[in-house]
Amino acid sequence: MNNPHRHRLFGGEVDWFTIILWLLLCIIGWFNIHAAVFDPENPGLFSMATNYGKQSIYIFSAMLLAIAILIVDAKFYSSISPILYAITILLLIVVLIIGRNVGGNQAWIPIGSFRLQPSEFAKLATCLLLGRYLSTQSNRTPNLKTLFAGSAIVLLPVILVLLQPDTGSALAFFALVFVFYREGYISGPWMLFGALCILLFVLTLAFHQWLVIAVIAAICGLGIYYFRRRRKAITSLIALFVISSAYVFCVDFVYENVLQPHQRNRIDVILGKIDDPRGQGYNLNQSMIAIGSGQFWGKGYLQGTQTKYNFVPEQSTDFIFCTIGEEWGFVGSMVVISLYVTLLLRIVNIAERQRTAFARIYAYGVASILFFHFAINIGMTIGIVPIIGIPLPFISYGGSSLWSFTILLFIMLKFDANKKGIV
Amino acid sequence: MNGLFERKYIIQGIFIAVAAIIAARLSYLQLIDKSYLLSANNNVLRKMVIYPARGVILDRNGEVLVQNEPVYDLLVTPREVKDLDTALLCELVGIDKEGFQRRMATARSYSPYKASQFEKQLPATAYAKLQEHLYKFRGFYIQNRTVRSYPDSVAAQFLGYIQEVNDRDIERSNGFYRPGDYIGASGVESAYEDLLRGQRGVKNVMVDAFNRPQGAFAEGRYDTLAVAGDGLISSLDKDLQLLAEKLMRNKIGSVVAIEPATGEILTFVSSPGYDPNMMVGRERGNNYATLLQDPYKPMFIRPIQAQYPPGSVFKVVSALTAQQAGMIDEHTVFNCPGGYRYGGGRIMRCMHVDGPTQLIKSIQHSCNTYYGYTYARMIDQRGMPSAESYDLWREAVMKFGIGHSLGIDLPGEKSGLLPTSEFYTKRYGNAKWGSSYNISLSIGQGEMGITPLQMANVMAIVANRGFYYRPHLIKAIGEQKIVKPEFTEKIFAGVDEQYYEPVIEGMSRVVNIPGGTGYSVRIADIEMCGKTGTAQNPHGQDHAVFFAFAPRENPKIAIAVVVENAGFGGTWAGPIVSMLVEKYLKDTVTLPQYIQDRIYNADLLPKPKTAKPQEKIVKTGPNKPSSPHKEPDEEVLFVHHSALARRYE
Repeated sequence: MNNPHRHRLFGGEVDWFTIILWLLLCIIGWFNIHAAVFDPENPGLFSMATNYGKQSIYIFSAMLLAIAILIVDAKFYSSISPILYAITILLLIVVLIIGRNVGGNQAWIPIGSFRLQPSEFAKLATCLLLGRYLSTQSNRTPNLKTLFAGSAIVLLPVILVLLQPDTGSALAFFALVFVFYREGYISGPWMLFGALCILLFVLTLAFHQWLVIAVIAAICGLGIYYFRRRRKAITSLIALFVISSAYVFCVDFVYENVLQPHQRNRIDVILGKIDDPRGQGYNLNQSMIAIGSGQFWGKGYLQGTQTKYNFVPEQSTDFIFCTIGEEWGFVGSMVVISLYVTLLLRIVNIAERQRTAFARIYAYGVASILFFHFAINIGMTIGIVPIIGIPLPFISYGGSSLWSFTILLFIMLKFDANKKGIV
Repeated sequence: MNGLFERKYIIQGIFIAVAAIIAARLSYLQLIDKSYLLSANNNVLRKMVIYPARGVILDRNGEVLVQNEPVYDLLVTPREVKDLDTALLCELVGIDKEGFQRRMATARSYSPYKASQFEKQLPATAYAKLQEHLYKFRGFYIQNRTVRSYPDSVAAQFLGYIQEVNDRDIERSNGFYRPGDYIGASGVESAYEDLLRGQRGVKNVMVDAFNRPQGAFAEGRYDTLAVAGDGLISSLDKDLQLLAEKLMRNKIGSVVAIEPATGEILTFVSSPGYDPNMMVGRERGNNYATLLQDPYKPMFIRPIQAQYPPGSVFKVVSALTAQQAGMIDEHTVFNCPGGYRYGGGRIMRCMHVDGPTQLIKSIQHSCNTYYGYTYARMIDQRGMPSAESYDLWREAVMKFGIGHSLGIDLPGEKSGLLPTSEFYTKRYGNAKWGSSYNISLSIGQGEMGITPLQMANVMAIVANRGFYYRPHLIKAIGEQKIVKPEFTEKIFAGVDEQYYEPVIEGMSRVVNIPGGTGYSVRIADIEMCGKTGTAQNPHGQDHAVFFAFAPRENPKIAIAVVVENAGFGGTWAGPIVSMLVEKYLKDTVTLPQYIQDRIYNADLLPKPKTAKPQEKIVKTGPNKPSSPHKEPDEEVLFVHHSALARRYE
């Protein structure tokens, strides 16, 4: 192999292409954090106290971390995964007890002036343990027992994160469904079924439950008429109708009784059930104004009025994409999206070239997590998914998030560099 | 290799599909839907209107008549109001709780998101106090503006006033004005609105999410500066105006003085007047209502809107036009037996029996008989139907600026009244009417109405011996001191110069020869030429009229004074003219003190009908009001001898 992007370093061939993508995203992040917190009254003031000042430290330390990860023997990650998972679970429990409440979520453990968000690292630990567990089963045909055991590894941190309650971070774990799919634990029709479930879920929330049931009934009715000669089809269609109706009722029940009022509100706004640009819809509205007003070329660096004058909330963390959309326009947005897509495809390719199931499964986990964050974060800023507070990988401000994603990515790179060795 | 390898493509396909959805949404937001750009601008851009200072108006000597004074409007954006200390705000603004709620409701009904006026024209003192606490009142802002201020409270009707635009003004201006703007509503303010108002500026200010100003938008590239209105230099002489206003206190009437050589108006008094400062500030509404309800109508601009039969001052015009028509000359003699008989036993009386009278004496003595004959010649003896000769007569009179508006630079000028021949033909059923049908026109009575401005202008024509410039109030505009071209145009009155001398001689004798009706108000060292008159008033006491110009050679001032309900012109209007002329020419007043006091202290306002008929004319002072000057030659047509007698008992 004579790939120009791969050079011998750290005891193997490192995929420099991915590292460059990673670095680009970090730099884009830094500039946009600078723009987001830029104070037009005190321009040119570089201070370590500001978010972009801190982010420089985070990026720098993330680089050191990356080097350290590449130096450490690949076997270490496999063997440490159960311990790491245990520590993370412990931290997730600790955070529920002593955690700092930020923005309604008890997700942070204060360590001096620094705050640690264990849920970010839980993704890493879960991916590692999932990879390790599934790889031990990889020479067997996929079976339900393994699926359930694997799911349990995922669901334990999900439950703990939900208790914080940090729905956004919890949902990210569900992206690992791609891993199960790739490993054959879930078949294509089941994936489709899951997609339909999500569709029904959204429809139920968007419209009245009886309306949704009526539509299902109509579709099933048509199907029964079409297949009226085939008794088996009729039976399945009736079963489908009953199950989906029950599902719709369940969704409605969960929506009304389980979700927090602010979550209900966010969902309502995104579904257009509430039109209140000054209330719950404010964040979304201002976010879309910021991105939409960027037009083709954007307003230019530090020229975004929405960003500069604090119309968009949490604009250096969850809503960082607003700054990109406003100041760099459609062009800049597409560049960022392309970088992510390239990275994701690259990771999948890297996954597929791994020799060990562990490395492959882990890489798919990385791709799934990154994909979820990328799609949901950008999707929420442009109003196609509900507002869920999760960061944009490598770009959003925050040490925990940057480090955890960096570790996630570089462990994969270490596996890749080392794939000739035995894990 | 794993047999599930193919699933890689599905997963990658899902990644790409989701990215494509995001890209599609982005292209809609950023490329297609322009409303977000607009919203972003609305979010941060606040267009602040910068109001220009209105033009300052100076008098002819550069003294300030109107200037600007800063005031502060308090604006509110209702949605931004939070945690308001209502009590403190009310105290600082000087309103009560109900007033606060009313204003908030008004503002909210205009728009919860946009700033609208909460309280207007806070004085500087209130502003200073409010400013200290303003940071506590989220959603409240101060906007600077200027209002008019009149340091000498002078020339109210001349200057006019400004008021907030109404819907009609806004519509007419094609959107130039906006609600809350001010517009000149009368006087010079209205006539020169386009010049005085200046150009509004717009400052694009960016605000943050909390509506705090964050500086100029695009480095002020789209800002426009406010351009102050043009200053105006009026023709008014402030000192003379002040004196005239003082003299006209407690009297109804007008004073108009013109510089004959230019047509510039030196004094323009409409009495009763009002303090122009009343039309400014927060009490304006109440004051305005008070002025409108005032029975003496201070808002009525008498010099250009009041129309009187001019009385015997019209004889001057008669004498001049008849000479020009060749119907009389300086030596024409008519016999005055104490009245002019015009058929059917009717008589137009004189106050005297003068016997043979020629032109100079007819003016000096104001002989009705003489002008009866003259008018009869003008109408009946020109070898054409009387309707035609009447039209010739009328045309000649109109050249003296009578019967049409003079085009003064003020809105609302009345044209006066001078009927056409058709009017009489219609009235008498056929064209077979003659001078005896409207003989009173010969002496400026009957169907004739002349404004005080027109009277003064006639005097300016006589002073100039045959021409006038359009009377005007503004002699120069702006920095460049531009003069409107229509005010530099010499207008010929249709009578040749040589015919003026006998008339002027007669007028000079009125003032400067003992026994003349103006002799008591003569001015030492200045040969003033004048003429008394009594304007007939069918509703009560006649109006006293005096007009004059001075000095005889090279006249500097032509003046007309009308004092309503004062009876005889020489008594009331004469001294006012005399004092003003002397003041203007010599900057002193030498008229005997008792006459001055009598004028200053006189209260000639007609009393309401319920009051006692007995009038106390003189309120204070040591002067003797009894029988001052019983002028022998005052003509009295139709009525009112008794009234005169009672007044001067």
